[in-house]
Amino acid sequence: MTGEIGQLALCLALALALLTSGAGFSGARASAAMARGVASASALGMLVFIVTAFSALTYASIVSDFSILNVAQNSSTLKPLIYKITGVWGNHEGSMLLWVLVLSIYTAAIVFARRTHERMTSAALGVQGLLAAAFLVFILLTSNPFVRLDPMPFEGAGLNPLLQDFGLAVHPPILYSGYVGLSASFAFAAAALITKERDWVRAARPFMLAAWIALTLGIALGSWWAYYELGWGGFWFWDPVENASLMPWLIATALLHSTLATERTGAFRSWSLLLAIAGFSLSLIGTFLVRSGVLSSVHSFASDPTRGLYILGLIFGAIGGALALFAWRAPSLEDGAAFAPVSRETTLLLNNVFLAAATATVFIGTLYPLALDAMTGTKISVGPPYFALTFAPITVALLVLVPFGPRLAWKRGDARSTARLLLPAVGIAVVAGVAILAMTAPRSLAGAGAFAVAAWLLAASGIDASKRKLRTASAFASALAHAGLAVTLIGVAGISLWRSEALEVLAPGETMYVGSYALRLDGVEGKTGPNYQAARANITVLRDGTTIATMHPEKRFFPAEGQETVETAIRTTIFTDLYVALGDRRDQTRWVVRAYENPLAPFIWLGALVMAAGGFAALWARLTRPRAVPDAITAPAE
Amino acid sequence: MKHALAALLLLFATAVVAAPAPGTLSDPAFEARARALQKELRCMVCQGESIDESNAQLAADLRALIRERIKAGDSDEQIKQFLVSRYGDFILMKPPFDASTYALWLTPFAVLILAAGIAIWVVVRASRAPQGEA
Repeated sequence: MTGEIGQLALCLALALALLTSGAGFSGARASAAMARGVASASALGMLVFIVTAFSALTYASIVSDFSILNVAQNSSTLKPLIYKITGVWGNHEGSMLLWVLVLSIYTAAIVFARRTHERMTSAALGVQGLLAAAFLVFILLTSNPFVRLDPMPFEGAGLNPLLQDFGLAVHPPILYSGYVGLSASFAFAAAALITKERDWVRAARPFMLAAWIALTLGIALGSWWAYYELGWGGFWFWDPVENASLMPWLIATALLHSTLATERTGAFRSWSLLLAIAGFSLSLIGTFLVRSGVLSSVHSFASDPTRGLYILGLIFGAIGGALALFAWRAPSLEDGAAFAPVSRETTLLLNNVFLAAATATVFIGTLYPLALDAMTGTKISVGPPYFALTFAPITVALLVLVPFGPRLAWKRGDARSTARLLLPAVGIAVVAGVAILAMTAPRSLAGAGAFAVAAWLLAASGIDASKRKLRTASAFASALAHAGLAVTLIGVAGISLWRSEALEVLAPGETMYVGSYALRLDGVEGKTGPNYQAARANITVLRDGTTIATMHPEKRFFPAEGQETVETAIRTTIFTDLYVALGDRRDQTRWVVRAYENPLAPFIWLGALVMAAGGFAALWARLTRPRAVPDAITAPAE
Repeated sequence: MKHALAALLLLFATAVVAAPAPGTLSDPAFEARARALQKELRCMVCQGESIDESNAQLAADLRALIRERIKAGDSDEQIKQFLVSRYGDFILMKPPFDASTYALWLTPFAVLILAAGIAIWVVVRASRAPQGEA
């Protein structure tokens, strides 16, 4: 019964998505007030039915209804309840359902947020409805989570143990909120082009900010999950799937900056529209890369060429349509705002230059091997060394320029007073760089440079705070976000340049050394979890001869799935991580133990949190700002 | 009988040990070279892992091979070339710079220069445009 309810709800949601789309587009005409009402109502109805479908699948998973193929293939009765719930999106069909759920939530948010720009908002609902319909058709035709299985098996196949983790509960929903959230910017951009609305940023910006915050947190969570779950102590692998999430983030960052100018002075209006289109296009391309099986990784739960072809068609339709609309309408929206070479506008433009180049680097680094293989059959690998030589210098150059932007005035800035203001920051940066060079071993020029840049960014934010330039919430938001960049940079430099690692085969009683720690293996014991068997090591951590902690890395075996996972043990002081993973058993008594000391590693994710906090501050400032005139007239009536 | 069985089991256990032991080289400089090389080489049967990270048998074999070659006096370049001749460029984490990869290596900087050029053009045009309403 659950399956039928879900299936029916999906079909009804598709009908309402089409209605939203049709009514939304007709509502773009000034006289069509009724169509606008229909579009709003059907968008909310669509949300209700997609929530119903999603709940049906979740219920089926919780009660282990193995008559549904998706549940039988991805769940088992042995799985703890939390993974029965989060496992709903730990597979292809369920994750596509999560995708349309998030899309319909954003669509409903557009309905609730509408106050001004009625025609543009209606057209934006039209675009959202069209996207929802396209994805619902995709789900119903190629990825239906409610397909029945007969005869029904007694036990399900279980979930990839790597995914049986808290990370699965939070990483996909938040990342999708970012990916799919860019659809709202895309929809507003397309709607602005359709209705020739010049003032489109005001309506779209809260959605841009929300999507950017979610992308920032989602990427950081994914990175942290990989760090503690995979057992290699790395935080970023330049894996194509990671790159697929980084590209929309880079473009969304560029968009947040260019629209500052567009909203304030009208500069870069068509460029901002193009970025809004590009951001969601890269989300779609990311979905294609991950879901089609073109890349195989932990993330592509299944590969099926028809799915890839459908998504490819969807991408061509969405991107092609939006770009055609852009080519047709954008020239008429540009008004060639004037600004001097030394001005806030110029720095925002430079920000976009570097972010565009960084995005192009990630794009070509990710897709070039696929293209080369397809065209010539030559296989190459594009690994971390490539990005260290291309992406890193471009990004560092951008970071060096960051402090100038917020301190220059719009239209015409004063280079000399800005330089005078930032002079102390230059001093602090030089001192930080020299200090790092003098104090750390191994001596590292790159490390000194990274710390100098980080100090430069932090000092610039600090100068603003001391001079009380942060009176406006948006100035505070940008100072916070830029400080977050500095914190992340410190973490990346710490783990990349000063990590120590050790790999030893230990018998109980033996000791290994990593960084400033001594690790003594006291023994390895058996442990039984709810759905796994584990070997659990008891390791005593000593520093200068005194015991400071015991750590318990595990190696788990999941009989239902027939797979092993590594549970690392991490002891953090915020300033350094001691990271221990238990490897294979060598013989009766000896085990492989892998240990890392990762200095400053937590700063990587801490910085992302600070960046997201900056985003929240900007969003808060936006939502609490006094509203524009038109709704002041309607408000007292309620 | 029981003893014989135990002995047999022990024998089996030691046989397992012999296979993938992480045999470190006694000379720390050699070992450091081996570790550095391992990070630049891809495990061909894994997903984007270097042979330094991988648990796969192929990675273990290659780690052993690198150590043998280092002991035999090969340079890092010779070892890489040998592996490329055997497995192709796919094994290199850092792609080579040749006719098939010029576009890969140069695109980032080409985009940067192109974008900077466009930006300069935009700034020049904006600074010449008549000042509109403030």
